[in-house]
Amino acid sequence: MKNIVVRFCGDSGDGIQLTGNLFSSLSAILGHEISTLPDFPAEIRAPQGTLGGVSGFQVELGSEVYTPGDKADVIVAMNAAALKVCTLGSHFNHPQAHFDEQFALYHRHAIVIVDTDSLSDKDLEKAQYHTPNPFEELGIPESVQIVPVALTTLTKEALKDSGMDNKSMLKSRNMFALGLICWLFDQPMDEAIHLLEDKFKKKPALVAPNTKVMVDGYNYGQNLALSIHQIRLDGKPNEAHGTYTSIAGNKATAWGLIAAAEKAGMHLFLGSYPITPATDIMHELAGRKDQNVMVVQAEDEIAGVCTAIGAAFAGDLACTSTSGPGLSLKSEAVGLAVMAELPLVIIDVQRGGPSTGLPTKTEQTDLLQALYGRNGECPAVVLAASTSANCFDYAYEACRLALENMTPVILLTDTYLANGTALWRIPKMAELPAIRPQSVPEELKGHFNPALRDERGVRYWAFPGMEGYEHRNIGLERDAEKGTISTNPENHEKMVRARQAKIAQVANRIPDLQVQGNAESDTLLVGWGSTEGHLHAAANQLGCALAQFNYILPLPRNTREVLSAYKRIIVCELNTGQFAAYLRAQFPDIPMTQYNEIQGQPFAVERIVNHVKSIAD
Amino acid sequence: MEASQFKSDQYVRFCPGCGDHAICMALQKAMAQIGIPTHQVAVISGIGCSSRMPHYLNTYGFNTIHGRGGAVATGVKTSHPELTVWQMSGDGDCLAIGGNHFIHEIRRNVDLNVCMFNNRIYGLTKGQYSPTSPKGFVSKSSPFGTVERPFVPGQLILGAGGTFFARTLDVDMPTTVDCLVAAQQHKGCSIVECLVNCVIFNNGTHAWIADREQRAEHSIILRHGEKMIFGKDNDKGLAVEIDPQTFVPKMIVVAADDPRVLTHDATQPDPTLHRLLALMGQQRFVSVDAEVTDELPVALGVIRNVEAETYDEAVNRQIAEVRDKAKAKNFDELTATLESWTI
Repeated sequence: MKNIVVRFCGDSGDGIQLTGNLFSSLSAILGHEISTLPDFPAEIRAPQGTLGGVSGFQVELGSEVYTPGDKADVIVAMNAAALKVCTLGSHFNHPQAHFDEQFALYHRHAIVIVDTDSLSDKDLEKAQYHTPNPFEELGIPESVQIVPVALTTLTKEALKDSGMDNKSMLKSRNMFALGLICWLFDQPMDEAIHLLEDKFKKKPALVAPNTKVMVDGYNYGQNLALSIHQIRLDGKPNEAHGTYTSIAGNKATAWGLIAAAEKAGMHLFLGSYPITPATDIMHELAGRKDQNVMVVQAEDEIAGVCTAIGAAFAGDLACTSTSGPGLSLKSEAVGLAVMAELPLVIIDVQRGGPSTGLPTKTEQTDLLQALYGRNGECPAVVLAASTSANCFDYAYEACRLALENMTPVILLTDTYLANGTALWRIPKMAELPAIRPQSVPEELKGHFNPALRDERGVRYWAFPGMEGYEHRNIGLERDAEKGTISTNPENHEKMVRARQAKIAQVANRIPDLQVQGNAESDTLLVGWGSTEGHLHAAANQLGCALAQFNYILPLPRNTREVLSAYKRIIVCELNTGQFAAYLRAQFPDIPMTQYNEIQGQPFAVERIVNHVKSIAD
Repeated sequence: MEASQFKSDQYVRFCPGCGDHAICMALQKAMAQIGIPTHQVAVISGIGCSSRMPHYLNTYGFNTIHGRGGAVATGVKTSHPELTVWQMSGDGDCLAIGGNHFIHEIRRNVDLNVCMFNNRIYGLTKGQYSPTSPKGFVSKSSPFGTVERPFVPGQLILGAGGTFFARTLDVDMPTTVDCLVAAQQHKGCSIVECLVNCVIFNNGTHAWIADREQRAEHSIILRHGEKMIFGKDNDKGLAVEIDPQTFVPKMIVVAADDPRVLTHDATQPDPTLHRLLALMGQQRFVSVDAEVTDELPVALGVIRNVEAETYDEAVNRQIAEVRDKAKAKNFDELTATLESWTI
């Protein structure tokens, strides 16, 4: 097989995310490409064994992996509730719902490994079953291969000589499942043991029992060999030579900022306030004092961005991280940074909205907010990362563009990228592009003002501590020559246009748009940000072309040229058509249709393919 | 240094007769007296009449957005503790829209010098009541009188754990300069409440103490280590009395030679007495109908001045400590610590 999709699911206290992450890392180390999708409930701990508490982790591994996969080939269900949620998908709450391939989280020919110790009458009742036979009640077709494993009993058996109490023993059930899955994919135990040791290096007492349970799980696989076959993945990874690790989008974003600060020779400052799903960026940076990173956990979202603006005013590489509701709160301050023409990086890890919306789900619904969600004519650069790994590149790029062009840059990622992991080729500092922060010419000493611009229209940057460049910066409109407060009508129009021209010239400093897939096709899929993997896979299946945008404002210079070469353009987004509306406003003469989903979930490749086929017929 | 070195080339646009003119001059004098070069000073403000102040000072300045000066100033000082950072704010800017940033800069003890101009009115938006307007105050937005209780700023500041609190009056230039200099010398978040007159919308709000005739009787200038004596003939003193039933302490006025007269200790860590001093004479600002039953003077000068570790210092110290012990100090060293493999 070329690639395969595995989904672990169980109670949110079952260690599902840990198991999934360990398995994914192991697969990556063994040379597979990976793409992961953690899918957890918003509640920290829902009551044990209930449908609301089911946590999932899906990974696709193999070669030519672009997404975490539409549906699983292998399911590990740690309890009755997880079995139900995987089987019924979003219909798990419907009474009398049966397996339906449209909604199920696994295929008709999947392998479903289920803990038979967690199917007692009490367990079934908690998961709202009505009969004592869950498989029959759920209508699981015979083509699905159910593998019953007494996970709880076997885990206790493995630890019977450990002296551990019952509760502690049960915490290792996930390791038995991990060992079993490792056997299923023929993954060697020594590498897995090494990973476990690393994972528990701060709690060494946990290494031995967890290793024992995992190895027993692996060996148990041999007993199963009569009923299921091991799965061997062939095909070599598609990636270029280099040193790789697996990385989640939020961590990659944080590291992109760290790398940019070092390249620019500046201090990195993050002002932020906790918000799902962006908080891991702050967590990562708060732990990176070794890299000279300063983090202020502010009193609110507004203070997050305002402390960053203060740090930018004082000459730092300043950033703030948030999600949609936080970006709304920061709007006025982002306008201040536009007006004061200060470099500032704003990271919006988008989630389902509006308002509190779907905090743990993914959506691309903040695009128009990022572009236009401020008072006045208030342009800022807008970028979007498109894979968990390239969150690093676009965070780095956001810093470069902010520092070189004296502007706020909004970087859009989302829950899917932030929590998902992918293979990341680790770059060396020397190979990263140069960053040349805007400075101020020596001859302006003694007569500097904050309206003075270079030949690109970018204002010069002087900050406190620099003798002879004292000046007053403002959020009020300023005189285009003197830099002081001005309410003159012509001056205001001149300044509005100057700020727009400054953003427009950024197009000269970004790469052209590249067409992926079959460029010769007459059909072009258009996407932006995190949908790249799904759209790429769909374009491959359809034999059509794909234009995936990472640069939103300004657009790449060749955008018109690319779009006008195709007879049929379908703009695909996880919203009601925000990018399509934006493109239509720029290119009113180019006809476009759109495909949209707003379910808080990533696209499924199959649904995109079906849509495109249906309109072609 | 000379006060003129801190004057910018901008025409000062406060209304003729506004108390902000006096504070502006006092700031220029105080900054000259302190002697920190203009390029090492950053003055941050929000929005409001007083927030225009950075334009008139020849230092680095940033006139930001309404209420957020404190957060911006926190960013400047924390990222660059070597700078001297001032914040200019009013009773609306820092007690209403910016209230959250205000209490948190105090709680964190960020080393800022904050001038809070209190004229008990919104001037720039032309005459609405503020969080320090007395209950019942009639303004454009309260034509039948406000129904809200006001803040007493000193109480809020001490409640938030303030390490420095001074109060001054626009017409008392020497005390204002002294308070501003002391604020700069204090390491930590220093709040100076500047009582200023709004000649257009709230004229005479501080007349009770601002009138030259009455000032000596109605106010006391507190000086650390000196006895609390006031009155135009220096014949009155302040003492504390504890109610024998409730144990509630209160300030009382006694004769200047009474042995109970207190000596001011601004450095006392316990804020109980500082709070009593800060509350003196504030009763008449709580409600327009307040019946003022005591003759306590309004305390001016430095009321509280204690040392505690500053936020900016602590943040930078922690980074230095971690960095000192760290094995991976740059990006390449950091990535080398990752679990990785080569393709």
